[in-house]
Amino acid sequence: MIITIQKSDEDIKKMIEDRDKIFIVGCGTCATECQTGGEEQVKELKNKLENLGKKVTGQAIVESVCDQRLTRRDLRRNKEAVADSNVIMVLSCGTATQTVSEISKKITIPCCDTEFIGTTERIGKFYERCRACGECILYETGGICPIARCGKTLLNGPCGGQAKGKCEVGGWEKECAWIQIYERLRDENRLDLFKKYRPPKDHSEMASQREVIFK
Amino acid sequence: MTREAFSELTKSLQAGKFVYTGEIEPLKTTSLEETLETAKILKGHVVAANITDNPTAFAYMNSLIPSYFIQKEIGLEAVYQVTVRDRNRLAITADLLAASALGIKNVLALSGDHTTVGDDPGTKPVYDLDSTALVDLLRKMVDDGTDIKGNKIDQPPKFNFGIAGNPNADPLDPEILKIERKIELGADFIQTQAVYDVGLMKEFVKQVSRLKVPVIVGIAPFKSRSMMDWMVKNVPGIIVPEDIQKSLLAAREKSKEAFLDENLRIFGDLIKEIRNTPNVSGLHIMTIGFEWIVPKLIEKANQ
Repeated sequence: MIITIQKSDEDIKKMIEDRDKIFIVGCGTCATECQTGGEEQVKELKNKLENLGKKVTGQAIVESVCDQRLTRRDLRRNKEAVADSNVIMVLSCGTATQTVSEISKKITIPCCDTEFIGTTERIGKFYERCRACGECILYETGGICPIARCGKTLLNGPCGGQAKGKCEVGGWEKECAWIQIYERLRDENRLDLFKKYRPPKDHSEMASQREVIFK
Repeated sequence: MTREAFSELTKSLQAGKFVYTGEIEPLKTTSLEETLETAKILKGHVVAANITDNPTAFAYMNSLIPSYFIQKEIGLEAVYQVTVRDRNRLAITADLLAASALGIKNVLALSGDHTTVGDDPGTKPVYDLDSTALVDLLRKMVDDGTDIKGNKIDQPPKFNFGIAGNPNADPLDPEILKIERKIELGADFIQTQAVYDVGLMKEFVKQVSRLKVPVIVGIAPFKSRSMMDWMVKNVPGIIVPEDIQKSLLAAREKSKEAFLDENLRIFGDLIKEIRNTPNVSGLHIMTIGFEWIVPKLIEKANQ
């Protein structure tokens, strides 16, 4: 899931200072689970905007804003309200904001900051698990990703910054991913994989604007 | 296979001499004065001195420049420390080529403390390579005459290169496996993080002795009470036994001089223990800001 948090009211206000007619887009998938862009948050934003004297021309909670087909459909369904607005505020991730921007051609306001690809322990407890590096090595690392979870993205860790299995980043409170990887592989009798040398990653693949196109 | 000795440090190690190395920290300054003064104090007592590369992620003078000047001006061999935190493989390769052109013979391959512990925590950390990949790069440059990708280098560098090890590491096993991987990739020697606990030091040396590379054990006496407190609190994995802390604190209650005398006593004894430990090849003395204690310590250890 894409984990988002809402920007502060202050930051949002700055982006809409000169705008008075607003259409709001929420997302029924990740942002609903994060409680940053679900029904309730869209309603809250609407109230806040109206209290600021802005007109909310309409709103839509798209099932998945990142799916251009769904967003196009829902914006079309709200054609008049969208046309009447001078900005669209998006309560979802950066991909969602760009999708709305591309389709609507309107000035689009991101109301959330996109944090990471993560796992949900329960609502309000989200943890980063993937950096979308394009070359999954989880088989070799006991199902624990050192790119997402090692502060130095080491492929041959741990570093000297670990103490008693804790990471120097953040003051030895979080787990050292490489000690976790070591323990997992040890328990699975796969320490040969721990010791294997992993050469530096090929970054050319992720140099710019990655795409996946079916042939 | 043992690599040819290019540096005095490696020549001494290969000759089976017990070596001493020191450490010099360039600061946030454009002046080389303090660095060269420190090198003067160390010269004659150590075979080489490490020049730190932005330690604890503070931006200081680029370690290559003092490495060059202590060799040129003072005649003290440098161990050029290179971390993978601040530069990608392109920049590190370029710096290593420059280092060789400037006559650097020793390189120590390090990860580097994370940028978030430094004096500008918002800095973007690089870590394009890790310290293991840096060993791979060094081996390829020196042995194969190529960069890490295999691109040919005209007149490849002649370095001996080492790695860091941490006897305080808990758990120790992954640390040993990591060191083993770096040795298999071609590292020439190990310099260790500061040790205070003889038992931990002996266990570490015992475990790495099967790798058949020289181990230079690190010690770091305390310049002051505040430095001791800082190290105990901030340096990852440093374990200073209670009795050492207590006896130093008791001495400090008396006077600053008593504190330094107690340092000499404690670390003099520790050096003796280290020297008498089988398979230890040398001692790395880290005394940032009070290098004058180095000759006294070595003298004490020789008594």
